[in-house]
Amino acid sequence: MGAFLEYGFLQTALTAGLLASIGCGVMGSYVVVKRIGYMAGGISHSVLAGMGAALFFGFSPMLGALIAALGAALIIGWIKLRWQAQEDTLIGAMWAIGMSIGVLFISRTPGYSTDLMSYLFGNILLVSTGQLWEMAALNVLVIGMVLAFYRQFLAVSFDEEFARLRGVPVNFFYLLFLCLVALTVVLLVQVVGLILVIALLTLPAAIAGHYIHTIGRMMILASLLGMLFTSFGIWLSYVLDMPTGAIIILVAGSCYILSAILRQWWLGRKAQGAKP
Amino acid sequence: MSTDVIVIDDVSFSYGSIPVLDHISLEVPELEFLGIVGPNAGGKSTLLKIILGLLKPRQGKVQVLGTTPQQARRDLGYVPQYPAFARDFPVTVEQVVLMGRLGQGHILGGYSRRDREIARRVMEETEIGNLAQRRIDQLSGGQLQRTLVARALACEPKILLLDEPTANIDMRVENELFDLLKILNQHLTILVVSHDIAFISGYVHRVACLNRTLICHRTENIDGKVIQQLYDDDVRMVAHRH
Repeated sequence: MGAFLEYGFLQTALTAGLLASIGCGVMGSYVVVKRIGYMAGGISHSVLAGMGAALFFGFSPMLGALIAALGAALIIGWIKLRWQAQEDTLIGAMWAIGMSIGVLFISRTPGYSTDLMSYLFGNILLVSTGQLWEMAALNVLVIGMVLAFYRQFLAVSFDEEFARLRGVPVNFFYLLFLCLVALTVVLLVQVVGLILVIALLTLPAAIAGHYIHTIGRMMILASLLGMLFTSFGIWLSYVLDMPTGAIIILVAGSCYILSAILRQWWLGRKAQGAKP
Repeated sequence: MSTDVIVIDDVSFSYGSIPVLDHISLEVPELEFLGIVGPNAGGKSTLLKIILGLLKPRQGKVQVLGTTPQQARRDLGYVPQYPAFARDFPVTVEQVVLMGRLGQGHILGGYSRRDREIARRVMEETEIGNLAQRRIDQLSGGQLQRTLVARALACEPKILLLDEPTANIDMRVENELFDLLKILNQHLTILVVSHDIAFISGYVHRVACLNRTLICHRTENIDGKVIQQLYDDDVRMVAHRH
């Protein structure tokens, strides 16, 4: 534990993990109850296009990721609203196209292999202090939006038709919602890389959903769980000298499986207790 | 003399090339309790959605509360065919009922005190006040149906529209629900879609038989013959003696 006090880079990593956990708890809860994990996966993978372009043209990878994520979210959302196209095919296409564009850009940039690995699987130890501020700003934006439009987001995810009848601009909130998912994805890419994003986005919220029954409280518990997983994962990866992103996901994944088993066992006991 | 709150004039609608409504005309006077019956795919839900302005008719005119359906929407309470959403969605009865208050007041932030008072009042009216903090996946079919009626009432509507409200609940609960609707009918116009003509004719004033075309009957005139005609024959060939 002393290492966290001693090394600045560990403190930065820890702060990055805590910041990312807030966004992931809030938006992850929506993603889980709305069952759009696959869509979040599509958005996160197409982020590689932006990061690759940023590397090639020499601007900030985070800016590239932001543009690509928002672009992918708007394209997926717009096509879905416009043509009611088959969602899974559409997302799969965006997923693959985004990654391909990214790979092409990266292959044309000298010395690409280490960068590619850290984009895919994350390298939280390389987060700079400047990036921490960017992450904090993204968090403030996401949470501010969710607080401001809490009623509308809840109504649109629960019963779209009814929300439309009440005069809620459903399409606007749908696109805004996907953009917030995109922002959260960019937050998380810093921590665990774009391949592992879906896990950190959905697992804490899914565990919270095992025990908590309103979405507001689910967000709070999911954020706290996310903080626990990232902090413990960073410490463990430091002790074991292994890749941080992968360790964080394994910690979250094991807790999820454990929680699911416990819940089944508990429900089974309750059902048995109910019998005469 | 009562005024007509819904006027449907010669409306036709089709999904692609499949005609669903064929030259429908219907007037609903204020404070009527109207039942819309007919076989599956007879166009009942489509007609409701046209009145709500969710669908646009290919032909003909619709007036609701003296204006267009879109304009009148805020004064309509809608109870969708159940279940129209995920039953395990983490939301409480009170949160669902409060959704009826959307579209009024501020865009930003939470519900006002008045919103909460109205939600509380309609939950008492529908006898679900004690379930306010219950999660919707812990409700029985009848309780969930009352929650959806309460959500529609929270809109403070002038007209209440219900789509197959009894599809998934048993007979006893069905009676309770219609007893509730009968009380609400004292100050609300009510349209209820059902496939069960025999049941609803004990409650409603008039029955509109819909199977692409529409014919209205006063409930006292409904007999076995009418029902048989509606369900067994192609309605276009039926000679009705009105």
